Amino acid sequence: MTSPSQTQTLPADHYLKSGWDLKSWLLTTDHKRIGLMYLVSITLMFAIGSLYAGVVRWNLLVPTGQISAEAYNKAFTAHGVVMVFFFLIPSIPATLGNFLIPLMIGAKDLAFPRINLLSWYIYVIGAALTMWALLTGGLETGWTFYTPYSTVFAESNVAVAAVGIFIAGFSSILTGLNFIVTIHKMRAPGLTWFRLPLFVWAHYATSIIQVLGTPVVAITILLVALERLFHFGFFDPNRGGDPILFQHLFWFYSHPAVYIMILPSMGVISEIVTCFSRKRIFGYSFIAMSSLAIAVIGFLVWAHHMFVTGLSVYSAMVFSALTYLVAVPSAIKTFNWTATLFRGSVQWDTPMIYVFCFIGLFLIGGLTGLFLGNLGTDVHLTDTYFVVAHFHYIMVGGAIMGYLGGLHFWWPKITGRKYVESWGKVSSLLVFVGFNLTFFPQFVLGYLGMPRRYWSYPEEFQILNVLSTAGATILGFGYIFPFSYLTHSVFRGEPAGDNPWGAKGLEWTTQSPPKTHNFDEVPVVDEEPYDYASAPKESVRV
Amino acid sequence: MSETALHAGAAHHEALQHHFTSLDQQRAASSLGMWVFIAQEVLFFGGLFATYTVYRHAYPEAFSAGSHHLSWKIGFFNTLVLIGSSLTMALGVYSAAIGKKNRVVGFILATILLGSVFLGVKYFEYGEKIRPCLGDGPHTGCLVPGANFDAASLHLKGADAGHVQIYFSLYFAMTGLHALHMIIGVPILLTIAYFSWQGRYGPEYHTPVELVGLYWHFVDIVWIFLFPLLYLIGSHA
Repeated sequence: MTSPSQTQTLPADHYLKSGWDLKSWLLTTDHKRIGLMYLVSITLMFAIGSLYAGVVRWNLLVPTGQISAEAYNKAFTAHGVVMVFFFLIPSIPATLGNFLIPLMIGAKDLAFPRINLLSWYIYVIGAALTMWALLTGGLETGWTFYTPYSTVFAESNVAVAAVGIFIAGFSSILTGLNFIVTIHKMRAPGLTWFRLPLFVWAHYATSIIQVLGTPVVAITILLVALERLFHFGFFDPNRGGDPILFQHLFWFYSHPAVYIMILPSMGVISEIVTCFSRKRIFGYSFIAMSSLAIAVIGFLVWAHHMFVTGLSVYSAMVFSALTYLVAVPSAIKTFNWTATLFRGSVQWDTPMIYVFCFIGLFLIGGLTGLFLGNLGTDVHLTDTYFVVAHFHYIMVGGAIMGYLGGLHFWWPKITGRKYVESWGKVSSLLVFVGFNLTFFPQFVLGYLGMPRRYWSYPEEFQILNVLSTAGATILGFGYIFPFSYLTHSVFRGEPAGDNPWGAKGLEWTTQSPPKTHNFDEVPVVDEEPYDYASAPKESVRV
Repeated sequence: MSETALHAGAAHHEALQHHFTSLDQQRAASSLGMWVFIAQEVLFFGGLFATYTVYRHAYPEAFSAGSHHLSWKIGFFNTLVLIGSSLTMALGVYSAAIGKKNRVVGFILATILLGSVFLGVKYFEYGEKIRPCLGDGPHTGCLVPGANFDAASLHLKGADAGHVQIYFSLYFAMTGLHALHMIIGVPILLTIAYFSWQGRYGPEYHTPVELVGLYWHFVDIVWIFLFPLLYLIGSHA
């Protein structure tokens, strides 16, 4: 490690220098470069998804809507499809996971570098096809493609969009497969399972869901396309098909998919909270095992999306109980993070602010989930804005806070440069305020009975909708701001040095940015994870 | 020369990729990767098997009536062909492990031949059901679900014609997805045969042959489930 007083310079040789021409990127098998290619692609998709969200919020400024009801249906569908399948699911695994897992376990690359590149191409093809469907004719089924609307009545580009999502699914499967094999077979000598960073444990659990869940939604969505193209009749009540079967198959993946979005984020939080508390994480093995518990139990709760479909009372009770059960491992994590803060010397750097955002917002999102897992209250709240607010607290308040926190935390490692800390703080504040202003009113709206996906609403709901739209505007600036200063730092940022946070973990023992082959020699691990007790009390600052 | 230095270490094999430390590690990783892929495939087919289970439980008479219109003799013949191809595939992997290059090529080509026989028979079976649906006029014997489906030509034995359409939808979806996996397998097998013929594989490195073998056996096993579920559930008296 370089001493803090020295002026930092960028290393002479690193992975970005192995070529700047297009070919060196499009044919690369370096996990770090592929991670960056994913970062650029998902940022683009995030921008598109945000624009659609803007259209939705703009329409809801006035009770009678500003665009046609049909255009509104297409806008919220596009927002959901783009954000879920093309931003949230790949977000942390495909970017930070791709970049960091080999570095964290002391490997030169993922087990299958060419499959890794292939997964990016599959993602791009799936995204392009889906975007084409959205822009030429659009899609008005909602991101859930519920039958028989999607199979019989919808007149939009359902089949093309379905095929696009089907294709993108395999990119997710291949990423998960690559991670599982890499974590099993590529760990450095001495890096036992219980010395793995919790980020890696979280990705291991995520990968299991990606590999076992995604193929089910892939075949399901393919059946929707086939039903439209060849009239297969699986979901057609006229021939004895059952539209509800689609919901079972769809949620069998799409509920665990929520954990694909949140588990990697939890992994990020575990890394940051221990670093900026200057203290070994509390309950390491409980956090590691709770990730696996979430992955396993998460597969057994899908029918809580279907309590009002006429599900039998007994199975609904079982699914309700399992839903409560899946909250336990999440609570275990939250308690352990809080206990890590206790008597730590907490530092308020930007990544840590996102951790606090995450813990608070995830707590609200998680606890309101219990309202929806309860058979009685769910009947009142189903398909209202309460549900919308709940899952945005998890997916934005949880997953995106973790994503932004992680991006800021590892930015010096990825680019070798520092962003301006004060800008980071301001933007995290904007995101926090904007987020709460957008989504907290929606809890109230939903409780008062405003249904989701409606293009218009009674006048008494306007004030809450205006607040929500105002919040979304602030949130928008909260996203544009980090995009600008992070991009700026790539060119103008001060060199960061190998380990600007004084963090533990193998990725911080390499230079920033790392060399193409990551390590000159295979590292040997001989200490327990997060050994901050033996590290300097304050993080090393320049 | 650094190249000489590299080859001085006897452990370094030309098939060893730079990011693995040994051929053993590389083989273990590749093989785990294939098993994870197969796990993914099980869930992929699993969606269809779940659909089958739901509808067969709901409409047993329709499934029996639909199954009556498949030829179990043709299905049985194809089952034997496919099991035979698994045998030749296994012998191919064994030959690679003991370093008999020509036998590897021979056995893989035999596997491709048997796979093609299976697909040819399937083509014949599909054609019989699809051909009457094409063109104008009466669609006597058309068994493709949709507007042209000819329920009148079926012995429904009281089953609902719509339910029988669902049976045939499942027949086409499941055997179609299975056949697609075999079609994908053929060019991969051809590539492996070509590389074997070039002498790339020997006793210490023949992982690709093993992995393609795993894939081929998996596809065979899917058929072992499909054959009874689709062909043997009705009475064939």
